[in-house]
Amino acid sequence: MSSMKRRTQNRGEVLQGTLDMLILRTLLYGPAHGHQIGKHIQRTTNDFLQMQHGSLYPALHRLERRGWVTSKWEVAPDRNREFKYYRLTDIGRKQLVVEESQWKKMAEAVARVMWPAAEES
Amino acid sequence: MRWWRLKKRDADVERELQSDLELEEEEQQERGVSPEESRYAALRAFGNPTLISEQTRAVWSWTWWDFLLRDFRIGIRTLFRSPGFSIIAVLVMALCIGATTSMFTVVRSVLLRPLPFRDPDRLVMIYEHFRDPSMNSLQFNLNAVAPADYYDWRAQTHGFEDMAAWRYWQFNLTGEKGELPELVEARGGSWNLFPLLGVDAAIGRTFTQSEDRPQGDAVMLTWSLFERRFGGAPSIVGRQIHLDGKPYTVVGVLPKWFTYPDAKVRVWVPYASGMPPEILAHHDFHFTRVVARLRPDVSLASSLSQVEAVQYREHLENLHAPVAEGVTPKPLIEDLAQNVKRPLIILLCAVACVLLIGCLNVANLLVARSAARQREIDVRSALGARRLTLIREQLIESLLISAAGGIAGVLVSVSATNWLVSQWTDLPSAQSIYADGTVLAFACALVLATAMLAGLLPALSSTSKGAIAVLHSASRNVAGSHSRTALRKTLLTVEIATTVVLLFAAGLLLKSFWRLRTTDVGCVTGNVLTLGYSLPTEKYSTPEKVNAFNETLLERVRSMPGVRAAALGSVVPGAGPGGDDSFTIPEHPPIAPGAAMPDALYRRADPGYFSALGIPLVSGRFFVEQDRAGRSGTVIISRMLALQYFPDEDPLGKHLHVAAHGNADYEIIGVVADTLYQVGQPAKPMMYYSILNGESDRALTLAMRTAADPLRLSVSVQKQIADLDPQLPVHDVLTMDDIIEQSLGNASLSASLVLGFAVLSLILASVGLYGVLSYLTTQRTGEIGVRMALGAQRGEVVRLMLGDGLRPAFYGLALGLAASVGAARLIQSMLYGTGPLDPAVFASVAASLLTVASMACLVPAWKASRIDPMQALRTE
Repeated sequence: MSSMKRRTQNRGEVLQGTLDMLILRTLLYGPAHGHQIGKHIQRTTNDFLQMQHGSLYPALHRLERRGWVTSKWEVAPDRNREFKYYRLTDIGRKQLVVEESQWKKMAEAVARVMWPAAEES
Repeated sequence: MRWWRLKKRDADVERELQSDLELEEEEQQERGVSPEESRYAALRAFGNPTLISEQTRAVWSWTWWDFLLRDFRIGIRTLFRSPGFSIIAVLVMALCIGATTSMFTVVRSVLLRPLPFRDPDRLVMIYEHFRDPSMNSLQFNLNAVAPADYYDWRAQTHGFEDMAAWRYWQFNLTGEKGELPELVEARGGSWNLFPLLGVDAAIGRTFTQSEDRPQGDAVMLTWSLFERRFGGAPSIVGRQIHLDGKPYTVVGVLPKWFTYPDAKVRVWVPYASGMPPEILAHHDFHFTRVVARLRPDVSLASSLSQVEAVQYREHLENLHAPVAEGVTPKPLIEDLAQNVKRPLIILLCAVACVLLIGCLNVANLLVARSAARQREIDVRSALGARRLTLIREQLIESLLISAAGGIAGVLVSVSATNWLVSQWTDLPSAQSIYADGTVLAFACALVLATAMLAGLLPALSSTSKGAIAVLHSASRNVAGSHSRTALRKTLLTVEIATTVVLLFAAGLLLKSFWRLRTTDVGCVTGNVLTLGYSLPTEKYSTPEKVNAFNETLLERVRSMPGVRAAALGSVVPGAGPGGDDSFTIPEHPPIAPGAAMPDALYRRADPGYFSALGIPLVSGRFFVEQDRAGRSGTVIISRMLALQYFPDEDPLGKHLHVAAHGNADYEIIGVVADTLYQVGQPAKPMMYYSILNGESDRALTLAMRTAADPLRLSVSVQKQIADLDPQLPVHDVLTMDDIIEQSLGNASLSASLVLGFAVLSLILASVGLYGVLSYLTTQRTGEIGVRMALGAQRGEVVRLMLGDGLRPAFYGLALGLAASVGAARLIQSMLYGTGPLDPAVFASVAASLLTVASMACLVPAWKASRIDPMQALRTE
């Protein structure tokens, strides 16, 4: 029932654990609903990161459960009906900083392993 | 998380996905996709919405709850699929849980719930305690306290926060002119009693110290009298009421819940009020109950040792009077529950046995049913279902049964408790009996415990096999059932053993009750009417006036048609101890100072008392009309007193010296046969004073032997009394049989309750026996078919099956009889006229159990013998 199935994709999949960070970062611009967030990530990466809705919504709810975002049904300005908007909380903002610095360390570490020459020069 | 919040969240997730999906659809349309295509395009881009919503919901980790909910749904459906089984199982559980809850409600209310007083666990009763063990055998080890002792204790010790006293009394309550006479139960309480208990008056106030003196005329009403007689009007406070013809001022009304020490009490007067000062100065008139409150910082032992020291000094100063050497405490709550504690505990044990049997029975039924579902369980476990999941499913089923039974049981127990309380007259009334949170929590715990007990065994046994064994047994329906049959037989053995213990206890209690009921109290009891009256001191101020009334009444009653004989005395046999006097025998050498003094129950009797009640004369003579006030005192003694204190001599002509009666000497003029003061208690030495000798007892009992139904005379006798004195209230118009029945208290109730429980267990056990054997018969159909095809006779088959079914019955019987020996010890003190190892009871228990067991086995055994071998072999 709760088993996660993923189809194999040619395009880039969001790395495990980075989705939360991406969502939080997206919400830094202001409140957005799930569809917007997904679309935004997709567009910004030039469609490289294909959003899996099966990961996006559980991630959003996980963030809400941890108190990093809050949600509210609000009318979208252009559609004239209600969507569930997510909003970054103060804790979420702090968490974003934490995740960002962790990601940086991670990326640097990976880079050192992958391109040692570049590091030496 | 609550289910409605879950529902809300579910809806929220659906709505969110739906709205985003619609948006996707709109965007697809805006991109130029046709409306029909857009929906599918959106879905393609979105993914499977059901899966997404499921995965999203999983974030909130409701899955365990979902699982549980699903299991419950399955459980309920399974139970509905076999309604016969479910109804029986729920009924059994409802009965068992209901009975246990009821009994626990009473136990909790009487023995466990704190009394409704301030810091009730610091309240103790203090009694005088004689060190001589021979005194203790006469129940003087918890002796009422003499007033002077109480005053000394309170004045001379400082270990307790305070000590208060109360005494029994009765009043004739009348209107101002003596109209509407009514005998009311009263208590005399020291002024500090209510503050000590932490009880305040509901209206008005409690007594003041200055009111607690012999001339005090204050009175407090209890709520019941206040409502009934005075219409609940608060203006009664400050007004006067008339008790025994004397005006008393009402100072307050006690709260409705206050029923200490007894709900029958109608009025309270100050302790010393109306008591002659010389009696208050006595060290050997034992009629006072002392309640003490412990200081928080002082231990009971050290406070008590101070009182003990004072009492020992009293003892040394009064060596020739029955003044106890020491004191002994009793917690207040135990003091109130003393008569019911043991029966309550026994009944609780009995009901626990029934509960155990009920659980085993349901377990047995579940084992039988899991046999039918074994294939399903085997397949599931072979496919990889976890054992824990399978066990959980079965446990949920038994939990559902227990819960349904528990709800029904709690509902049943409400009325059962009410019934029990109305029947159980011995229960102390100072505590009201009701189910509270603890009782509900207890019932819930019962539900859980019974579910575990009934469900775990079958669940464990049906899932215990490994995958290989499963596949092996799946093809052969005979194999694999052996362990389960063994389990069922073990369950049955325990069930039968428990039933035997219950039956045995019930048998012993019933036999003692029957012995009690048929005890000879030593006088005529059939067709005897008794009634009580009490001549008020104001009106009957001299012995002459008292004697004139009594003699005129006797004369009139004796000449009434239908009256064969009449007796007038203080107490009739079987109606309680009355009072006791210590005495010495002037003709004997003086007893050593400090040794136990001879003591006997005393009664007053008119000259016709013994012949009217059929108490035979052993030697000497009865009283005559001349044994009256003004002449030297005479006394008649019982045979037991004669044997005990005049073992080798003729008591006639000797004297009894009674210090408490102004040092009077009474000449022994006769010896009469023994009578029992109370059924179920050993006889005690008794002495009888002449009713005409002018001494102070005014509470009298008139007994009439009648030709026909005694109660039909009651109105005409009361008319005779009203004729002589219209203001004199008559109380307790009872036949002698009623008196004896009442004195038995609740022996019959506890005996019949235990019997009821035992019969219930017997039924449950025999149903279990029947079920197991029927199951076995079906299991062995093939085998029996082969046996019969090979030439086995029908009689042999019956014997075979009977033997199989009766084996657990025999084991259970043996086990149960062994356990009964232990159980009998628990109820030994409640037995009368029968030992704890009564062979007749043993035999009848064994006989009835085996009869019922054989009958339960006979039907399936007979069915087995009817098996058609051809049919059986064909189905194999």
